[in-house]
Amino acid sequence: MDLAHTEEEQEFRARLRAWLAKVLPELPARPSPDDWPGRRAYDLGWQRRLYDAGYAGLHWPVDAGGRGATPTQHLIFLEETERAGAPYVGANFVGLLHAGPTIAAEGTAEQRARWLPPVLRGEEVWCQGFSEPGAGSDLAALRTKAVRDGDAYVVTGSKIWTSHAEVADWCELLVRTDPAAPKHKGISWLAMPMDAPGVTVRPLRTLAGSAEFAEVFLDEVRVPVANRVGAENDGWRVTMVTLSFERGTAFVGEVVACRRTLGALARAAKANGRWDDPVLRRRLGRLYGEFGALWRLTQWNVSEAQGSGGVPGVGGSVFKLAYSHARQELYDAAAEVLGAGALSLEEEWTLERLSSLSYTIAAGTSQIQRNIVAERILGLPKGR
Amino acid sequence: MDFRLTEDQRDLRAGIRDLLAGRYGREALRESVRASESSGVASSGAVSSGVVSSGAVVDRRLWRELGEAGFFSLRLPESEGGVGLGLPEAVLVFEEAGRALLPGPLVATHLAAGAVPGAASGSAVVTAFDLGGPLVAYLGEADAVLGAEGLPAGEPVRSVDPLTPLWRSSGVLPSGYREAGALLTAALQLGSALRTVELAVRYAGEREQFGQPIGGFQAVKHLCARMLVRAEVARTAVYAAAVTGDAAEIAAAKLLADEAAVRGARDCLQVHGGMGFTWEADVHLHLKRAWVRAEQWHTAPEAEELLAARLGAEAEEEAVAEAEAAAMG
Repeated sequence: MDLAHTEEEQEFRARLRAWLAKVLPELPARPSPDDWPGRRAYDLGWQRRLYDAGYAGLHWPVDAGGRGATPTQHLIFLEETERAGAPYVGANFVGLLHAGPTIAAEGTAEQRARWLPPVLRGEEVWCQGFSEPGAGSDLAALRTKAVRDGDAYVVTGSKIWTSHAEVADWCELLVRTDPAAPKHKGISWLAMPMDAPGVTVRPLRTLAGSAEFAEVFLDEVRVPVANRVGAENDGWRVTMVTLSFERGTAFVGEVVACRRTLGALARAAKANGRWDDPVLRRRLGRLYGEFGALWRLTQWNVSEAQGSGGVPGVGGSVFKLAYSHARQELYDAAAEVLGAGALSLEEEWTLERLSSLSYTIAAGTSQIQRNIVAERILGLPKGR
Repeated sequence: MDFRLTEDQRDLRAGIRDLLAGRYGREALRESVRASESSGVASSGAVSSGVVSSGAVVDRRLWRELGEAGFFSLRLPESEGGVGLGLPEAVLVFEEAGRALLPGPLVATHLAAGAVPGAASGSAVVTAFDLGGPLVAYLGEADAVLGAEGLPAGEPVRSVDPLTPLWRSSGVLPSGYREAGALLTAALQLGSALRTVELAVRYAGEREQFGQPIGGFQAVKHLCARMLVRAEVARTAVYAAAVTGDAAEIAAAKLLADEAAVRGARDCLQVHGGMGFTWEADVHLHLKRAWVRAEQWHTAPEAEELLAARLGAEAEEEAVAEAEAAAMG
């Protein structure tokens, strides 16, 4: 049980901190949330700076063009960039955290050479075409079909909840290549160019009022067979190799941000007198304790991943369940601090409160996560 | 940074788990419950003031064996006859004691090692005024009270937990012990919480209704998953607080471990259905002990206020730093 950082880790942190202090003031102004081309350019620009400074693909293996950093160094990177107020991973999310690692793990040498460097250099944006209107929690029920025609698949169907679809160059797409096989066995993983004829993107407006993701309609889209990663009908396994990444370190920066928000909440409550209400004060104290524990749980999971060769385990489900609930509690507490002010959309915390509602749904609902915990960790029987 | 347990720490935990499984398994636990009832301490209240009970709850021989194994002297320096280990090792052995529902003033006696003669070796049973009110546990069996001169008089009280005899008495907790006491009590709660997850999962896998194990029903499954999530969050909080020794982290560890233990026992009871409501199932023993421990050292309101005070102080420091940065810039 050692929470102290090694000399090497401390040096890594110091170098990163110095670099952030130099580079962040040079960044252009942030684009408005509904300026999608602006957001793409901004996020790719940040990725390019990371690349030039040697921080791109920190946690990727060296033979995939990454830095081969330890999970602890990756944790320090996420912690420091959030503390310094650096840009989020944004449009680079799928490329860096899912499609890229999938190609790195399962792609051929040619595929890795084609797709990985542009992700690291901040030149290409990926989106994710997994969920469908009829396949959400039950992802393997997906029906978008791909029929082989010479050296291409002809893909028809629709995808939903696709973030950054409007500005993506590529889509990591799950398709059904064998309709007769059991549902997990007939799926393949394809890299689909978003400018291919037959691709239509329709933005979806969230309850927060903004269009954070989209529906993608596919009408006889031709995707070269050479764009398939892994064997035909082996796409489920290919995807699962890296899907748990989303539950591993994806929320590290957010936990740091939540702890900062708590400080701001305490200041606001002291300023408007609500801090004197012991019920609210104790509620904030409890959240402070919970987010402290969540930070420690992150360090625990990272240490475990480091010990197991960097593969995040099902412990990510435990973290996600606790974190998504705590985040919703945090912004409900923020609303209590604001009082009627929480009804104003001009309050940043009001927008965060709205967006926090997605946390118990996205990337596996809390109900699905509890099934995972119960069946895979506790060993309870599969059933209904 | 490597937060995982070292091999020595895993061995220590396994060693104490084996010792307790051999010396204080389920039969011994139920025998303690029977003995506590026949001694009259827990259920009748008929023991008169000043009369020391038969000592049925604390097994003196086991207490000395724990002493020999280093349970109480774990954190004493080797130069003083101790084991010379720290809080991280201590929370691991207390977690195991909590798992086994081992009765007795374990935390107070551990804290008394080096200060009260006989505590380190387990030849003395030392209790403490850690309940913050007029009640004190194990007074009738104790040889000493932490930080007190002699043994205060007390009136026995019928205790909700058959294995925690309570006495009405008065006294104060000396300063300097509260944080370690809260952390080690949190470790006991953690062990109990993890044990209730195991009990619930085992029962849910065995008990069949509607032609299948009830653990196959999502309603039951999700209860068990929630128990594990609370216990795992509490575990990292307890372990981290043991490493840093930070007062706010200790308060958070106690708060989260209390909740994991109390709610874990409640959910475990629910999973057991009607059996959970019986005296013969062990679930109520976990719940009642968790209720006792939740009142010791740091209650939830105290922990939350302590955490709020830390949050408020940090927020003000940040505000000052930001104002200074703005003035400089």
